[in-house]
Amino acid sequence: MNPAGFALRRGEDGADEIVLEGAWVLRAIVAAGRPWLVRLQEVAADRNLRWNGLGIEALDSAGAVLLWHLWGRRLPEALLLAPGHRELFARIAGIPKPPGGGREPYAWLVALGLASLSLAWHVRDFIVLLGQLVLDMLHLLRHPSDLPKREISANIYKTGVRAMPVTALVGFLIGVVLSYLSALQLRQLGADMFIVNILGFGIIRELGPLLVAVLVAGRSGSAMTAQLGVMRVTEEIDALVAMGVPRSLRLVFPKVVALAVTVPLLVVWTSGIALAGGMVAANFQLDIGYGFFFDALPKAVPVANLWIGLVKGFAFGVAIALVACHFGLRVLPNTESLSFNTTASVVTAITFVILIDAVFAIVTRTIGMPL
Amino acid sequence: MSSDPPVVSIRDLSTRLGGRWIHRHLDLEIKRGERVALVGDSGSGKTTLLRQMIGLLTPTEGEVRLFGEPLFGGGVARERALRQRFGVLFQQGALFSAFDVFANIAFPLRELKTLDEAVIRDLVMLKLEMVELPAHAAHLMPAQLSGGMIKRVALARALSLEPELLLLDEPTAGLDPDLSEAFERLIRSLCERLGLTVVFVTHDLDTVAALASRVAVLAEQRILAYGAIDEIMRIDHPFVHNFFHSTRGRHAFAAFR
Repeated sequence: MNPAGFALRRGEDGADEIVLEGAWVLRAIVAAGRPWLVRLQEVAADRNLRWNGLGIEALDSAGAVLLWHLWGRRLPEALLLAPGHRELFARIAGIPKPPGGGREPYAWLVALGLASLSLAWHVRDFIVLLGQLVLDMLHLLRHPSDLPKREISANIYKTGVRAMPVTALVGFLIGVVLSYLSALQLRQLGADMFIVNILGFGIIRELGPLLVAVLVAGRSGSAMTAQLGVMRVTEEIDALVAMGVPRSLRLVFPKVVALAVTVPLLVVWTSGIALAGGMVAANFQLDIGYGFFFDALPKAVPVANLWIGLVKGFAFGVAIALVACHFGLRVLPNTESLSFNTTASVVTAITFVILIDAVFAIVTRTIGMPL
Repeated sequence: MSSDPPVVSIRDLSTRLGGRWIHRHLDLEIKRGERVALVGDSGSGKTTLLRQMIGLLTPTEGEVRLFGEPLFGGGVARERALRQRFGVLFQQGALFSAFDVFANIAFPLRELKTLDEAVIRDLVMLKLEMVELPAHAAHLMPAQLSGGMIKRVALARALSLEPELLLLDEPTAGLDPDLSEAFERLIRSLCERLGLTVVFVTHDLDTVAALASRVAVLAEQRILAYGAIDEIMRIDHPFVHNFFHSTRGRHAFAAFR
């Protein structure tokens, strides 16, 4: 294959002529490169040129469309071309323009409207999801044999047991860090003993549940959204419904129940390990013995705080599962939608968790404080 | 250019997958302009062989050459240039689901980073017209397309780089008989107009009868036979017998008898 080429010359009659030669096919044009193309465009800008294409050995649609554009989307008046090649341009002349493309004048208004509508749709869908969950529970009260036991058990294992190592590691490290930083301050004030109060309150009431919720939202929430999303893409959910299996009862309900069970348990587990981490650091930094720590903890932190932590864990778990299912069921059958909804699920779940936490902080402000 | 090398040349190829030999010392040479149907029992490694031609799988032993050049080695630029000389139509279309039809067909052209957007736009619309899709299909998303349209868009995308070789995996699988027939007619007319070489895997007898100029029978871990349909039909082998002389086969190949 000879490369695509062009040459300018003066014809016998004195008119400028551009001679095309070689193979005007996509491969040759790409091989000639972008600078060659720019030079060609400069030369072709002269509308009085005579085009001599008799030397073209091969012409494909890419080469033809390129020439067509060089000519300003019409055949030049002076053109020499083999008849077989001329045919191609007749086809190209008939190409329709891609539809649409024009910008709407009030695009920003439409975007704003769509955004608010989308928020409303989210709220509506979320309420529908919640309502369906309540209906499922009523249904289960009347038909206890429909309880999806295996799904619940599998979800508890996946979201609870498998999450234990990572929550323990993070909890321990946070305990160490919190204890270490507090110890530095407390020693200056000579208030070493208060390390127990700080760790006890901070971890049991606030940090433990929040830490677990963030980890679970990132770990299990995203997995749930992605799983439901892929099931939507592959029409597995449709297949379930077609078999008469209610999708909410089989897919949403077990996830909500599983997280409602596992998150409080993980809160206990993580808080315990974080306290152990804090205890170890306090022992190193402040010489506070383990025996004293165990002794002082129940006196410093009323047991109501443990209950608050557990209830928070329950609420966080339910919220994360609901948000994950909500976004999972919204996934459209394309890759973009899957990644968008998974991200949205995690971000929304964490935001929800922090909102709920704030509500708890206000509602329980008088409960569980030391006398 | 004087001695035109075969478009596809497979020499002494062996493939071992999952502890089992799929191909043993397989040879195949396809000349320019042929439309070759690759047929064989399911599990005989037809799709595996096609994937080796595309370069998605490397053979355990032996080599695949396209246009006389090896598929692998010689740097990224050479490998890429070679891959731009053939187009692939995957069984499910493999359209990029996040792009609309227009962007799907324009994608390989934009990747060249040579052509202007205006040229690309006309080229895409030309390809759409070639595969007999209306202009307003350009802004549909793959999820909104029917099975037949997906195949057409995928074909347009496979043709967007003006390939010399077209590789098709089950081109008519999942299409209604009349859609299949229209698609076969389309592929055939495009191949004749553009002078394409085609290799396709199929188990649809009608597709073989409608499209193939030659048939390669894959059995006993090698190319058992390679030739025109009427030559292949004379071979006495259980697979050939089952495939071509079954009730359905007799119907599809009546013209070759």
